[in-house]
Amino acid sequence: MSGNMGKGLRGLVPRRILLTIFIFGALFLVLLFLGLFLDNGRGSEKEVRVYSYGDYVDPAVVEDFEKETGIKVILDTFDTNEEMYPVIKNHAGVYDVICPSDYMVERLRKEGLLQKIDYSKIPNVKYIGERYLKIADGSYDPGNQYSVPYQFGVAGIMYNTKKIPKGSITSWSDLWNPKYRGKMLMQDSLRDTLMVGLKLHGHSLNSAREADLKEAVDSLIDQKKLVYKFANDSARDLLIGGSADLGVVWNGEVLYSRDLNPDLDFVIPKEGTELFVDNWCIPENAFHKENAEKWINYLCRPEVAKKNFDYLTYTTPNEAARKMLPAEVRNDPAIFVPSSALEKSEVLRELGSEANDLYSRYWKMYKSSNK
Amino acid sequence: MKRQAFALPFILCLIASTVIPMMMVAYYGFTDRSGSFTMANILSVFQPVHLKALGLALGLSLISTVVCLLLAFPLALILRDSHLGRRGFIVFIFILPMWMNFMLRTMAWQVILERDGIVDSLLNFIHLPHAQIINTPAAIVLGMVYDFLPFMVLPIYNSLMKIDDSLIEAARDLGASSRKVISSVLLPLSVPGIASGITMVFIPSLTTFVISNILGGGKIYLIGNIIEQEFTTSANWNLGSGISLVMMLFILGSMAVLQRLDKSGEAELL
Repeated sequence: MSGNMGKGLRGLVPRRILLTIFIFGALFLVLLFLGLFLDNGRGSEKEVRVYSYGDYVDPAVVEDFEKETGIKVILDTFDTNEEMYPVIKNHAGVYDVICPSDYMVERLRKEGLLQKIDYSKIPNVKYIGERYLKIADGSYDPGNQYSVPYQFGVAGIMYNTKKIPKGSITSWSDLWNPKYRGKMLMQDSLRDTLMVGLKLHGHSLNSAREADLKEAVDSLIDQKKLVYKFANDSARDLLIGGSADLGVVWNGEVLYSRDLNPDLDFVIPKEGTELFVDNWCIPENAFHKENAEKWINYLCRPEVAKKNFDYLTYTTPNEAARKMLPAEVRNDPAIFVPSSALEKSEVLRELGSEANDLYSRYWKMYKSSNK
Repeated sequence: MKRQAFALPFILCLIASTVIPMMMVAYYGFTDRSGSFTMANILSVFQPVHLKALGLALGLSLISTVVCLLLAFPLALILRDSHLGRRGFIVFIFILPMWMNFMLRTMAWQVILERDGIVDSLLNFIHLPHAQIINTPAAIVLGMVYDFLPFMVLPIYNSLMKIDDSLIEAARDLGASSRKVISSVLLPLSVPGIASGITMVFIPSLTTFVISNILGGGKIYLIGNIIEQEFTTSANWNLGSGISLVMMLFILGSMAVLQRLDKSGEAELL
């Protein structure tokens, strides 16, 4: 069958032409392939390329922005800072505005991958609360030159008051209580999980001393047998559904969770905890700097920040937006954490590759232990 | 000459999607962060943490391969002998779940096995004690068996279908019992299928990280999880590539052994 067909083709088309067609076809495919990956052209002037966490901006806000300014938003997403970093570092994608977390701002800034933000173009920055700017100023972005805070959060313990009496959870050490064996959730993320052990012993969560880390991980290994599961985004669902009684979660999950299960309560352990600030930054090689500034300015607008808050329920650093919220949300200490509760808390800092490798080694030791 | 020309586009695709990426993995595996040559990434597999994860991965994937084999061979025999309509239909039914992404099917197991999930509630309903297997190695084995069973059944089924019925009749004429027919005729003749089935179950189980993540609750670390972590959270591509290269040795080794048994190349039928 195939032989006959071959003969037929051979009769009709000379071999050399056939060969040429195939070579060109293949070359075309390869070029198409390359073209897809190397499409880093400037594109239109009326666009802004945004690179942020998945589902981190209310889609309605994006639409409104496009309608109002006529600027087309090209939104790409990542799941972790570590996923975004090589893309920016190697210029694998050119973005006008990105949304890194605190320690990643520090790394990008130190490597010269960010440009200073021109605040005269972003007047709405005045709505951002002083204390959030201070956190940035005091740690990852001295002078607030490179980043505009967008979302804020703290880690804490959420627990089911039906199973655990209200008020009995106050400290990280409660996670070592054997009563809660098989009912407990931990975060599944290197720094966010090891933080619990470090804070338990009163160390800084940015400690690069091996002795501190060893002490923390030894305790965590002892505790691992009590853990039901390591969960990040699914933690709230397991707590809502009752598969677990307590767990380490971010305070941004509180509103959503309490809506579905009013028995859930959230505490910030007395030893202090981890804070995060996610920020808008402009990479040094941005094509549409002005559009990026318009984007940041738009998101700092109080009505827009409120809309985003309603969608995300993570703490908004936008004080004007906070004032627009109903009193019970505005004054909820789990969502807008009082500054006194933050005194012993820290944001993650960039530690350098040597300390990162140390953390990674201890993390693997912890995750593969099975005592 | 002409036939080679037809192969050209495929060779180009092969180069672009297999050879070049492999070379990049090798480059990262043999260099450190600053780009100078090192063997440290390869040798890091001897670190206790990595050895432990590798040992666990080997253990669990061996168990799942054996379980798959024990389930698949009788099933393939049944499929061969079934006269329920067209045989193709039963095989089709068997392949049907594979149309759905295996991540989703694995996540479904998570829901089924979760505390107060379907299994738990059923056991509770008939007053049996809770059997918590979620977030244990047993759940991972279950996931592996469930996900990769079709890859064991189909090659065995293919090789069983190739056996001429007259061989079985001849064995019967010579007085062989059913058991003898299976052990002396069907089993030896389906060795190629079994060999490729083992390859296709063992290798993906050995390197999986999704199943252990979803059904192990993040409490169990296989070698695949270590590699994944080096790429996604630790941002140490060099170490991740180094361990991947070692895993490639394991895979090539097991394929070389099994290839000898599978001379007819059942694997290519899929």
